[in-house]
Amino acid sequence: MNDILKAVVLMATITYAIRLLPIAVFKSKIKSRFVRSFLFYTPFAVLGAMTFPAILYSTGNIYFSLAGTIAAIIPAYFEKSLFKVALSAVVVAAIFGAIF
Amino acid sequence: MISFNKIKESLDIKSVEDFKLGFRQGIPVMMGYIPVSFTFGLLAVQGGIDIWIAVLISMTNLTSAGQFAGINLIIAGAPMVEISVAMLVINIRYMLMSLSLSQKLPSFVSLFKRSAIAFGITDEIFAIASLEKRVITFPYMMGLVVAPYWGWAFGTLLGGVFTSLLPPLLQNSMGIALYAMFIALLVPAAKHSKAALAVILIAAFTSSAFKWMPALNQISAGWSIIISAVFASAVGALLYPKDGENIE
Repeated sequence: MNDILKAVVLMATITYAIRLLPIAVFKSKIKSRFVRSFLFYTPFAVLGAMTFPAILYSTGNIYFSLAGTIAAIIPAYFEKSLFKVALSAVVVAAIFGAIF
Repeated sequence: MISFNKIKESLDIKSVEDFKLGFRQGIPVMMGYIPVSFTFGLLAVQGGIDIWIAVLISMTNLTSAGQFAGINLIIAGAPMVEISVAMLVINIRYMLMSLSLSQKLPSFVSLFKRSAIAFGITDEIFAIASLEKRVITFPYMMGLVVAPYWGWAFGTLLGGVFTSLLPPLLQNSMGIALYAMFIALLVPAAKHSKAALAVILIAAFTSSAFKWMPALNQISAGWSIIISAVFASAVGALLYPKDGENIE
């Protein structure tokens, strides 16, 4: 089995184990307020760390990426759908790429 | 004997109804999943991954952020330990969702059925199931997951197939799509919650420091995300602890 397939099996196994363990084992709620709060904030923290600064390197040109980032933040602030926000960023980054 | 058959029949009808109810609730989730998995298929194939591997990842992982991070690490040739820890940290939120659903399931639901339900726990499926007023049943959960699951796989296939048809300029620009979707999730949360805003900013600044500061920039992108996220979540939990039962 090659390394890519091994990585895929690993990813699937870990992701499934995380989902399975509590529903199969835990009968009572987590008591620790810290742990509950930590888990509550984890998605925001992970997405924040994954997005910045990586988004600035996502199109191969930092200025086009910056334009695309701003083009994403504005519709996101007005709570447009995932698809519209993504489209806005891609189109603006492409327009900047075509002009400059 | 007749009454026994009647009971059995009514149970089966109930199962079919529950499945249908779940299926209907899953349709909008499927609609939302197709463009996201399309982007995943596109990025994976652009990064040199075979289409069938991309589809296999979608069919076995069924998680957006985890798959995107995983495929980036695979393309970058990251070691297995790094991929494992990244999956663990990114997907750890499913533990809380799984725990929450376990409290909502009737206690007689078997381990086998629980194992099947567990596979389908995503942010969106959890949100719908946990807000459902009725008792959660096994057929309901299976109905809920079926459309999003196949939508996720089909979108990945489409994205992989369409990659080569896109002009190069647009292909470069598509790289920003995933991050733009993260922004679409983050900005509304930050708008409504000061705590979420603080956690996002701390995570973003920390991971930027790992990218740009001398010495710190020796650390790989995978570990940078993990360390930044754990740090920001811990600060959030200390500064803005969540009370009561309303944590989702």
